[in-house]
Amino acid sequence: MGRYRNVTFLAAAIFLQILGLAIQIKRSTENESSRLIRLWAVSIVAPLEKGIVRVQGGASGVWHNYFYLRGVRQENRDLREQIEQLRLEQVRLKQDAEQARRLQSLLGFKEQFIGSTKAAQVIGSSGSEQSRLVYIDKGSNDGIKNEMPVITADGVVGKVLSVIDGSTSQVLLINDQQSGVGAILEQSRLQGVLKGRASGELVIDKIMTDEEVKPGDRILTSGGDRIFPKGLPLGTVAKITKGLEFLQITIKPAATLTRLEEVLVITKKEEHESTASTAAPTRAADILAQRLPSVPDKPAAPAPGAPAALAAKPAATDTSGSAAPKNNATTAGTGTAVKPAISATANDGVTPRGATPVSANGSIVAKPAASAITAPATQELKKQPAPAASTASTTSTNATMPNAIVTNATVSPKPASVPKALPTKPPETKPSTETKPSQAQPNPHGDAPQ
Amino acid sequence: MAVTYTSREQIEVYRFSLPVAIFVPLMAVFFQAFIPHIIPAFSSYFDLPLLVTIFFAMARRNPVSGLLTGAAIGLAQDALGSHPIGVYGIAKTFVGYGASSLGVKLDVESVGTRLLVTTGFYVIHEVLYFLIARGMVRLDLHWSWPHELGAAVANAVLGVFLFALMDRLKQRA
Repeated sequence: MGRYRNVTFLAAAIFLQILGLAIQIKRSTENESSRLIRLWAVSIVAPLEKGIVRVQGGASGVWHNYFYLRGVRQENRDLREQIEQLRLEQVRLKQDAEQARRLQSLLGFKEQFIGSTKAAQVIGSSGSEQSRLVYIDKGSNDGIKNEMPVITADGVVGKVLSVIDGSTSQVLLINDQQSGVGAILEQSRLQGVLKGRASGELVIDKIMTDEEVKPGDRILTSGGDRIFPKGLPLGTVAKITKGLEFLQITIKPAATLTRLEEVLVITKKEEHESTASTAAPTRAADILAQRLPSVPDKPAAPAPGAPAALAAKPAATDTSGSAAPKNNATTAGTGTAVKPAISATANDGVTPRGATPVSANGSIVAKPAASAITAPATQELKKQPAPAASTASTTSTNATMPNAIVTNATVSPKPASVPKALPTKPPETKPSTETKPSQAQPNPHGDAPQ
Repeated sequence: MAVTYTSREQIEVYRFSLPVAIFVPLMAVFFQAFIPHIIPAFSSYFDLPLLVTIFFAMARRNPVSGLLTGAAIGLAQDALGSHPIGVYGIAKTFVGYGASSLGVKLDVESVGTRLLVTTGFYVIHEVLYFLIARGMVRLDLHWSWPHELGAAVANAVLGVFLFALMDRLKQRA
């Protein structure tokens, strides 16, 4: 026996582990048998990780906040510019969102909103390539429960796999093999399941080869898994490989899954019917902006008559017909801002996708205000000339379309209906010719032209 | 690169104090989980718990002790992941047993031997892990020889430095 002592021990150790493994595999549900071992291991490792992360964060904060300030001035300038652009975009998106909500309320849709979230810090990982999960410093004491979605401002990160203790939880990343997220392609509205591969790649399969999917298409959560609220960004299509029957779509994740620092756990989801009158629900990015120190504060929400604030920048409300340098939009009263200024041949009659429709004479087709959707179909949309239409260029073949401002269905053709705050400053770019007030295309369906 | 065969009489058996025997494997598991937070590719190439398993097994030169060390470290590593516990445990049990059995027969103090032994055991460990994970847990793993061999060499190089550092913790039995 003494001669085979070592081999006997080896066989026993291997046998016991295989037995344990088999039991765990058989109980494919929550494996309580292994929970204690996990609890011990994490309880030993997590405090060390938390300590190091805190020290590291403190040291990094001191260094970056007090010493290493190179390029901060430039960055500040860039960020201010970015804020201005985002403010403008926010106004446009707000209008779109309100319109969507009105439509949804008409149709009695139910929506899922993010009720509340908890900001958490990533303290460690599994340390294995085959198990893509991270540990966060929030647990049952903070109301974290299994299956709660975890996101960042960029997109979906994963879900809470297990709450280890009062202050530690395990988050399964979306690129783990065990993970699966209901996904929808933003453009084509095709639905599938987003899965992780052993290599860490994200893929969507079971989409037929005859469907049209393009690289760069955005993927959002579909809400079909009942874990993630609908509409959160998952990523973009990186590569498409045609199989015999299905497409193999490789996805570039929206959130940087390899470098996670702060995340948000969605602790409460609310589901209710859309109502047009209620305030806009809080977006994940807004919550993150408020809670995480690394993200700039959310700009103050524009008050009613918001254009006053927006118009402060001439570029933002350039009504002159000159080329607006960036995607700007503005509103007037209850009207909907015309989409970003575009460069187009005035009389070619071609409207690029997503751009403001241009009528034959080169003027911009008014996009009806959202409230016009509920207006009687017989109500005729009157056309309001762009405030600065009189100075806009239309005859030049390469004329740049002006930003036009339209109001509701009962708009006055006078530019006076435009809030006073709209810039009265003369355009920076000299107009070449005069513009005739263009005629709005009545939309019998009351739908916004795209 | 001298790999010398040692007779029973030449073997020097080492032991470790209890704090070292607990603290070093624990630190290896901890760093394996923590470093990918800073260097994401780390876990794809390095396996610190495996290096510690090999070191302890070779230094103690006792197969039972080696396999128990390997099993404990492997199970701790499994416990931090999401898959069933035991995959790393089984793989490291074999490695611990093999390294300590080899330690009895070879002079594992030289750099050359350590390089070769670590490279070999890394590949064995990965093959075992792959077989268990695919065969029992049904994980969808892909085997890539270039990656595995590259990682084996990288671990061996890191192992040489790490072993030299850990040599200071050894006590003659």
